[in-house]
Amino acid sequence: MKKVINNGNKLKGDILEKYPTKVARKRSKSFVVNDPDNPPEIQANVRTVPGILTQRGCCYAGCKGVVLGPTRDIINLTHGPIGCGFYSWLTRRNQTRTGPEDDNYMTYCFSTDMQDENIVFGGEKKLRQAIQEAYDLFHPKAIAIFSTCPVGLIGDDVHAISREMKEKLGINVFGFSCEGYKGVSQSAGHHIANNQIFKHVVGQNNEEVEGKFKINLLGEYNIGGDSFVIENLLERCGITLVSTYSGNSTIDQFEQSHMADLNCIMCHRSINYVADMMETKFGIPWIKVNFIGADATAKSLRKIAQYFDDKKLMAKVEKVIEEEMVAVEQTIKEVKPRLEGKKVMLFVGGSRAHHYQYLFSEVGMVTVAAGYEFAHRDDYEGRKVLPYIKVDADSRNIEELTVEPDPERYRPRKTEEELKQLEKKGFTLRDYEGMIPEMESGSLVIDDISQYETEVLIEKYKPAVFCAGIKEKYIIQKMGVPLKQLHSYDYGGPFAGFIGAINFFKDIDRMVNTRVWALVKAPWSEEGVEDNCLIDADYVSEVA
Amino acid sequence: MLLRHTSEKIQERKALTINPAKTCQPIGAMYAALGIHGCMPHSHGSQGCCSYHRSTLTRHYKEPVMSGTSSFTEGASVFGGQANLVQAIDNLFTIYDPQVIAVHTTCLSETIGDDIPQIVSKAKDSGKVPEGKHVIHCNTPSYVGSHVTGYANMVKAMVTYFAQNSGDKNETINLICGWVEPSDMREIKRLSQMLNTQIILFPDTSNVLDAPQTGKLQFYPKGGTTVDQLTKAGDSKYSIGLGKFSTEDAAKEMDSRCGVPFSVLDVPIGLSATDRFIMEMAKVTGNKIPDEITDERGRLVDMITDMQQYLYGKRVALWGDPDTIIPLTEFLVDLEMKPVYIVSGTPGKYFEKRITEIAGDRVEGLKVKGGSCADMFLMHQWIKNEPVDLLIGNTYGKYIARDEDIPLLRMGFPIMDRVGHSCFPRVGYNGSMRILEGILGCLMDRLDRDAPEESFELVM
Repeated sequence: MKKVINNGNKLKGDILEKYPTKVARKRSKSFVVNDPDNPPEIQANVRTVPGILTQRGCCYAGCKGVVLGPTRDIINLTHGPIGCGFYSWLTRRNQTRTGPEDDNYMTYCFSTDMQDENIVFGGEKKLRQAIQEAYDLFHPKAIAIFSTCPVGLIGDDVHAISREMKEKLGINVFGFSCEGYKGVSQSAGHHIANNQIFKHVVGQNNEEVEGKFKINLLGEYNIGGDSFVIENLLERCGITLVSTYSGNSTIDQFEQSHMADLNCIMCHRSINYVADMMETKFGIPWIKVNFIGADATAKSLRKIAQYFDDKKLMAKVEKVIEEEMVAVEQTIKEVKPRLEGKKVMLFVGGSRAHHYQYLFSEVGMVTVAAGYEFAHRDDYEGRKVLPYIKVDADSRNIEELTVEPDPERYRPRKTEEELKQLEKKGFTLRDYEGMIPEMESGSLVIDDISQYETEVLIEKYKPAVFCAGIKEKYIIQKMGVPLKQLHSYDYGGPFAGFIGAINFFKDIDRMVNTRVWALVKAPWSEEGVEDNCLIDADYVSEVA
Repeated sequence: MLLRHTSEKIQERKALTINPAKTCQPIGAMYAALGIHGCMPHSHGSQGCCSYHRSTLTRHYKEPVMSGTSSFTEGASVFGGQANLVQAIDNLFTIYDPQVIAVHTTCLSETIGDDIPQIVSKAKDSGKVPEGKHVIHCNTPSYVGSHVTGYANMVKAMVTYFAQNSGDKNETINLICGWVEPSDMREIKRLSQMLNTQIILFPDTSNVLDAPQTGKLQFYPKGGTTVDQLTKAGDSKYSIGLGKFSTEDAAKEMDSRCGVPFSVLDVPIGLSATDRFIMEMAKVTGNKIPDEITDERGRLVDMITDMQQYLYGKRVALWGDPDTIIPLTEFLVDLEMKPVYIVSGTPGKYFEKRITEIAGDRVEGLKVKGGSCADMFLMHQWIKNEPVDLLIGNTYGKYIARDEDIPLLRMGFPIMDRVGHSCFPRVGYNGSMRILEGILGCLMDRLDRDAPEESFELVM
């Protein structure tokens, strides 16, 4: 059955009407109706309109919270007033497994707790002392320093202090200029984080890593134990995981990650530059993978096996897929009759809104509207638009590293000929097609959605489930529509791999079909509650 | 061991805070602002602050928390945030139609020195503030005070912007409420009604942050103190501030602007603090304390009598906000428990002084610390040196509870892993009964768990 979603343009018009003229003009470019035959251009990674009620966070959140947060043996020290450190003290959602003697600082929150005198006279002295105190107490392998808004304004030089303390203490100390105001979203923070990890950590240890098929997994943060599932699958297939950026990771793994033979990218937005830099500097090719969804996982495992071009590996991969699919198919058979044809909206992250569409489609659910919180145009339209993306003032302020082949360690993993052969067989390297090409005709793609737009979408489309984050959760649920958090997974999961797909299908089945929605209306109440799956014919239709 | 690196050896720290017992000002301002009816809080700074504050309040209250942000990028940080705030005010009124926009600053806009009243008057001059609508503000640099200070500043702003003395005084009592749960605010209103007292309670987050599920989103729920009430508060006879840290400034402001005399009491948590609240209300109104209230008190005392054997001498560690911890410490002392370790990241000498007064000679080995580096890491180190029987504090205590195998009663902010705290009051005699129920539940579950089979009791 082909799904065609009608009247997106009418809805768009209805929404924009409410805005002041200038705002409407700006939002209009970030709000497109999909046409796969003639893919639209979307405006993304531009400043949020003040006062619009955005989902977005800041650069610091992307740097400290997303990228560095999940590495367990680094002391992550926030240099700033207490709030930023406190709010990013979220501890266990990025799960990690440690031996009893291993370092694990993920449950701690370290801050310089700057006071007004530090703002007036500078906070460098306090930072230096805080690093010393952290070292004296814990003797960690590494200390990372994160700058918050006021640090950038008063000009504390976190990089100079890091260098100084690195020399003094004899451990790796490095800083991040990830002040909250940099860039327009978390995305700037990912970039700053990755650049510094690349400069200060990657390649510090040239020891060989055992194993025949060695990969890194980039952009996988082990929310709810996702990495554990993927690690297990890879191990059963005989694939060696050198490093994950950065779920369940350690600084030692980053140091050796340049010894891998293939980089596999999960969240394109948070880390694509690291893959490019590692290829240029060390000769490691990269591919896009997706371990969200059973079918997507099978495809990704096959793709890795195809890259290494080894018959035994391919056989092993097929065996693992076959074993795992039994339970997946059984679950799909059970839940599909209750979920098929229902509508989904996803407004999350910078790849998640794309990845989760696979999962929903496996049980026949249709994504009628989706968008990203902090994506760039290539995440929507594919990397082919990279040369056409305009660099504006907010992006220009984020450092771009110039990387060259390492004179000693550059080693192409495949010859040009081998790569050509692979591509001839339909194998795509160094590419990501983005979200739009895979969405239904007429579906809505909205970047940096506002609270108002969200409300209208829900009123008009009545989705069966809405996927977003904690700030949206209770707003949507008050409208009688269940919200699945895809940043924290609502403290469920894992959702990666085959077992993850099963967990997800069961969760969605429970949420969509739970009895509570039928209990919302008091029996004596005159006012009716509309069925939350009802489709407004004006807006959505399906044709065979 | 989740906090495996926390050692017994205590080293003095001057610069490094580890596992803070506070957070920053703006979140308190945002929470207080939600206690005004039809109010949209607005965070003037980069959008991460707003996002973090909304997330944390949402995780705690499990309710929608709306707030705008000025979404500073580098440009605004250099050239000032005027254009951003003016545009935000225009957008918020046009799209979301609030009665009041309550602006608070962040460390970013404070450091660059944005003058909010000047920007707001600019917005007014250019017609961005509709007739009959209001924009209020307070300054909440994150490098001063704590979330409690931010709450206090926004409560004070409510007085500064709205309270008016029309010259026609009435019998109403202003109850200026410290940072407590919506359920607590509802309980304070109930007690006032029993005391036959006409009150204006502000801020009031009941029916805002515990709104019913109806299948329809109420963008501005029915609760919250109205602008009209806040205006009329200037004509009230008297103000009672509940919680020195969070309400004293507002009470003073009300007095100096509108000539409303005031007293500042503890938040009525526990027996003695509730006694003082009830007596003060009776004193300022001249009303008699009704038997129903005396009965409620009696039921609490009865419960203490019944369960005293399980409480006596039990050592407790607690952390959180001074306005909550002070009366809670007093309650624990009344119960003959031993609140031995007490930390609050909120600075203020009054806190340590008051705790020492309350607990000092009745609690041997009392350790109390407030302000910078008064953190949960330090408290955990104290516990490692000499353990306690019970922990009382926010969700972040669960790591210590697990590592040290000590029961935890969740109280304070934020509580992100349980429900009930925002629905059932912990103020007044009834609320104190609930605290007691919680304490006993924790201690007895522990007794049951640890008892050898031969001494496992059915009746306790």
